[in-house]
Order: sequence, then C-alpha cells, then structure tokens
Amino acid sequence: MTAINARPAALQNNPSSNRGRKTSMKIHEYQAKEILRRYGVATPRGARCFSVEEAVAAARELGGKVWVVKAQIHAGGRGKGGGVKVAKSSEEVREWAGKILGMMLKTHQTGPEGQKVRRLLIEEGADIKRELYVGMVVDRGTQRVALMASSEGGMDIEEVAAHAPEKIHKVFIDPGTGLKDAEADGIAAKIGIPVASVPQARVTLKGLYKAFDESDSSLAEINPLILTGEGRVVALDAKMNFDDNAAFRHPEWQQLRDLDEEDPAEVEASKYDLNYIQLDGDIGCLVNGAGLAMATMDIIKLYGGAPANFLDVGGGATTEKVTEAFKIMLRIAHLKAILVNIFGGIMKCDVIAAGVVAAARQVSLRVPLVVRLEGTNVDLGKKILAESGLPIISGSNMADAAQKVVAAAEGGSKATKGKR
Amino acid sequence: MSILINRNTRVMTQGITGKTGQFHTKMGKEYANGGSCYVAGVNPKKPGETYEGIPIFATVKEAKEKTGATVSVIYVPPPFAAAAIDEAVEADLDLVICITEGIPVRDMIRTKYKMQGKRTRLVGPNCPGVITPDEIKIGIMPGHIHKKGRIGVVSRSGTLTYEAVGQLMELGLGQSSCVGTGGDPVNGLKHIDVLKMFNEDPETDAVIMVGEIGGSDEENAARWVKAGMKKPVVGFIAGVTAPPGKRMGHAGAIISGGKGTAQEKLAVMEECGIKVTKNPAEMGKLLRSVLK
Repeated sequence: MTAINARPAALQNNPSSNRGRKTSMKIHEYQAKEILRRYGVATPRGARCFSVEEAVAAARELGGKVWVVKAQIHAGGRGKGGGVKVAKSSEEVREWAGKILGMMLKTHQTGPEGQKVRRLLIEEGADIKRELYVGMVVDRGTQRVALMASSEGGMDIEEVAAHAPEKIHKVFIDPGTGLKDAEADGIAAKIGIPVASVPQARVTLKGLYKAFDESDSSLAEINPLILTGEGRVVALDAKMNFDDNAAFRHPEWQQLRDLDEEDPAEVEASKYDLNYIQLDGDIGCLVNGAGLAMATMDIIKLYGGAPANFLDVGGGATTEKVTEAFKIMLRIAHLKAILVNIFGGIMKCDVIAAGVVAAARQVSLRVPLVVRLEGTNVDLGKKILAESGLPIISGSNMADAAQKVVAAAEGGSKATKGKR
Repeated sequence: MSILINRNTRVMTQGITGKTGQFHTKMGKEYANGGSCYVAGVNPKKPGETYEGIPIFATVKEAKEKTGATVSVIYVPPPFAAAAIDEAVEADLDLVICITEGIPVRDMIRTKYKMQGKRTRLVGPNCPGVITPDEIKIGIMPGHIHKKGRIGVVSRSGTLTYEAVGQLMELGLGQSSCVGTGGDPVNGLKHIDVLKMFNEDPETDAVIMVGEIGGSDEENAARWVKAGMKKPVVGFIAGVTAPPGKRMGHAGAIISGGKGTAQEKLAVMEECGIKVTKNPAEMGKLLRSVLK
C-alpha cells in the first residue's frame, strides 16, 4: 500500500497492507500511552473507564477543574466525530460520558455505520500552547525505522504532506545506534520546540523510538504532541500498532487485544489462520496466495463485478480451512456468487477440490460457485469437481472464471466487459 | 545462462530437518539437476545425520567448507530465521534464499543492517524462491509448470508468479529464470536488482515484472528500465481495486514522495516505456506482443 510497512487503523480493509500476513494489531489510545509512559514519554494523567460512574469517580480522583472525556475506539478522527469532549465540572463529565459511552461513533476510519464506544479515557485537561506531530513507521526504501515530525500537529499527516510537505521532517534511524541525541535535538528544533524544552523533547523522541522498537511496532504516532504554556512536551494522543509476526515473543499482547474492535468475520477467519479482509462487494473470493488474491479482486472489478472480500487460504489449506472460509463468506447477506481461484503449487488442486466439495455439502451453498483450478494435480481436481454432482461452474482460466462469476452474480445476464 | 542459479549451483538447506525443509529439499533434489545441486543441510543439533542422502552439518560455515555449497535456502521457523540469514551472510555465501514467512520486521531491519558491506545476496524472505527451469529449483514453486526458455519473470508474489508462468506456457514461451522477491517490507533483492541481472543475461530476451501496491520497488525499477534496460519489459500491478487507506495510508507515500498506489505505479511504468496491463489474465499475451 505504501512505501512503508505502516498498517494503521484505516488500512484494516486494505489487503496490501496485509501482504501475506495477518493485519497489524491495534491497541487503544490509553494502552499506547501506558506503554509510552514506561519509556519516559509524558502524557496527561488519566484513567480508563467502562461506565459513567467510573468516569465521574476518575475525574474526582484526578482532581483539577477541566477534564477530557475521550472515546476509546481503534479509529482516528474521534474528535471530529464527537467522541472527545472537554468537561468543566463533574456534571459535565457525567453528561459527556453518558452521551459518548454506547454511541455509534462515526469517523473517516470507521465506515458509515460507525463503531460502538465501550470504553472511555478520562484525562486531566491540558494547557495547549502548540500542537506538533511525531510518528514512526518502517520505511521500505531505506529498510529502517523512519521518524517523521511536523510543526503542524492535530491534523492528518497526509493533509500536511499534501499542502505543506516542506513541514515534514524525517530521520531514518540507524538500527545499530538507535535515535541519536543530535538527531532528536535537530528534529525538535525543526518543528519549533524552544531551546528550553529540547531536553524533554529528546527524552520523548528517544522514548518513542525505544517503545517502537522493543514493542515490535509497525506504527507509533503522537498526534498531537503538545507544548504546554509551561514549556512541557506532552503526548496528548497516542497510537501504536504492532507487527503481528512478532506475536510469538509478546504474550502481553493478548491482554491488550480488544475483540470488540475487530471485524467479527476477520476474527473468525484468524482462528483458522485464514488471511481474510471484508470488503463491500457481492462476489466472494477464495484464492491461494496474497498476490493472486489481489489480482483476482482486480479482474472481478475489471469485468464489472465487485469483490466481497479478500481471502488468502495460504499454502496449507485443508478441507476444514476451506469449509470455514465458505462459512465466513456465506455469512455475507448480500453475497451473490463465489469464485474459487487456485493456482496449485504445493497446494494440490485435488486437495482444494475435495475441500470445496466437502464444504459445499456441509454448508448450504445458496449462491453460484465458479471454480478455476490450475497447477499441480489439476486434472484430478477437475475430475473431483465434475463427479461431485454439485452445480459448480468451471472456469478454464482466470479471465473466463472472472467473467463467469460476474455473470452469475448478475443473475445470469451477460457480464459487461470492462476495459482492458 | 540464467540468473542467480544454474545447474552448477551447489546449495545447502538451512532447516533441513523440519517438515517444510524436508519436503522442498526432496522436491528440489528430484527436479532436473537437483540431485547434484543439493549437497548439504544444516541443523546445529543433528550434525552427522543425513536426509535423502544429503549430509547434515552443524553450521553453514562447515557445510560450505565440506561440500563447496555457496548458496543456501532457508526454511527455518520465523523466530530463528533472521539469525539463519545472519549465519549464511557471516559464512560469506554468494546467495541466500529465505522462504520463511512471518519473520518480525524488527529482526529483518537488524539483519539488513548487518548485511551492509557484505557480498552475500538475499532473496526473500516470504518468497517462493528462484527457479532456472530444467536446471535447478530452489524454493516452493511447482517445478512442472515451467520449462526452459528466454523469458525472465520477477514478482513479489508466489502464486501470481505461477499465474504469469502458466500464461507464458500456454503461448509456448519458456523461462530463463523466475525470481520471487517476496512480500515483506524489509527484504533482499528488489525488482530493480533482478532486472539488472536479466539485462546482462544473454539467454533472456524479455521480462515480465509483476508488482503489487505498496512501496516503490516497481517505480525504482521502471526508472532504471528507462535509463538502462536493453530488453522489453511488461508489467502488471496487483491491487488496483484494493480500497485506498485513508489515514496514514499515505504516510508511506510521504516518505517515498507520493508513491505506492497501483495507478501511480502503472503510470510511472508506462512513462518509462514498460507496457502494462490491468488484466492479470493478459500478462502472457502482453509479453508475446513485445517480442521481436
């Protein structure tokens, strides 16, 4: 998707960010702040709450006169969507907590239906003098972690990139040394942190890198990083995503995971080690290999259809996995057809064919099924499909299969050919 | 000729005692000249043992010294795979092909860092491997779908590479070598490196470059094609229909200067004289159209 292996919240529906692997794990703002605090990054004091009563009690405990009530969902743009409110009394804390908890919060990252708010973060108010941006991602180009920083905090970094790219400063961090003092100080100066606050900014930036590195992050972002009236450097918001490949050495991630925030179909698929991403169309796709899966989506679209999902069954698909994949796709209410596109390598076509037949018998297959098999044991696979007696439409190659599935989804009317 | 590997290549398998390593070592040994190509295996706990007649050594260094193997293929599980690459680089091998999928990015950043200034080339990780048809196969691709010929194939993906090969074969076009560079963000050879090798290979007439959204490997390769490639290149980019990331989706683009989407890649490739198709079923036909 990007030049960088950043797989942030908004990309959860993007197979590219997911190339050959599961999606990057996301955590809540309050969890990211807990991690960052351990690395010396200053944040406002706050508490995570599940209820209005907890929120009011948390505000009392925090003291002060101003609090911020923040919806905790795995999506950005919460402020604009009405999920972040300032309260100037405990009554207001109660009021806002009551309104935000349980709301369907819609942001540019949640999709039109929004995401239900189940958790809040109650924080002390902050004296914001300036809003800055700092973030870290893995840069493919240099094969290093990139620190990006900007004086334009509080807005989307791509907005800054579009309108004032000169305001984005970068450092590609040497993995041997980590972020150096001079680099941190240089970035701090470039984004307008006054000399007196540079030492604290250095601690913040170095802490952010250490947290990113030791947590096996794929993304870490503090937006905004604020400068207070007293010259303190504070992380007002925080976001961290983790590299799923490193899950084996992070047992603590299990506690950080919030299944309510994940797509149920994707959670179900992950149990069977299926690489699945829900999309908006009506043609289900079951493919082996991430690249071929993306190409299959492309060709469906090219012939006028719309893929309902991205699904890579991987190289070790069993009958069970194929069956589960069918079940997950068939849960999509508006599903109109399914395309199975397999180029058998290690994955033998007869195994896939047997899986498809078994799955089709187990689930009630209420939509047309088009199958295209190629590669290892293809003849055996085709024979199994033909002898199954199931109404399977056979595709002779990728183009033929795509045209047939689009036609089937359109109810048998001839598929409109897209431009080539 | 061919690129990277040929019938004279001597290869060792790191992770030869695991199920995957065994299966693919056996398949590789049975393919074409594999019987003389696969000469060693590595497992620190099982030196002195053999698998399919292939001797197992404790270290890469020892395997190299005893058998003359200068290429390794890695099937070591993800937690230990980066260290396996490090060991092969330390032993000064010519080429390391890492098939393992799921290596933490953090590990690969460190491994690439250690590889600076070393001569060892890396293909992968998370890749199908490399094949020079009818000579040698190192990796997990099905050997039987290939045949020797004069078309080079380079791709980040596994099955999409097989698809391209399948289409070539339908048109009767064999391959000089096929290289899967892998799907991970931090990896070894890129499209540009492989194109340069195909350019120098007298037995390659034209190249199919299969790309994917993300990163700027294809753009970099395309710019080099314009400047220095003497042979026709055709391309396809998977992911045209992948829904665009809204948010930091462009953080990567910021770093690389606005690159990454399929449309952008295709545009750059066309500008650089690469014929492209948006139809993954037409990679083979497109390649044939540019042959003299």
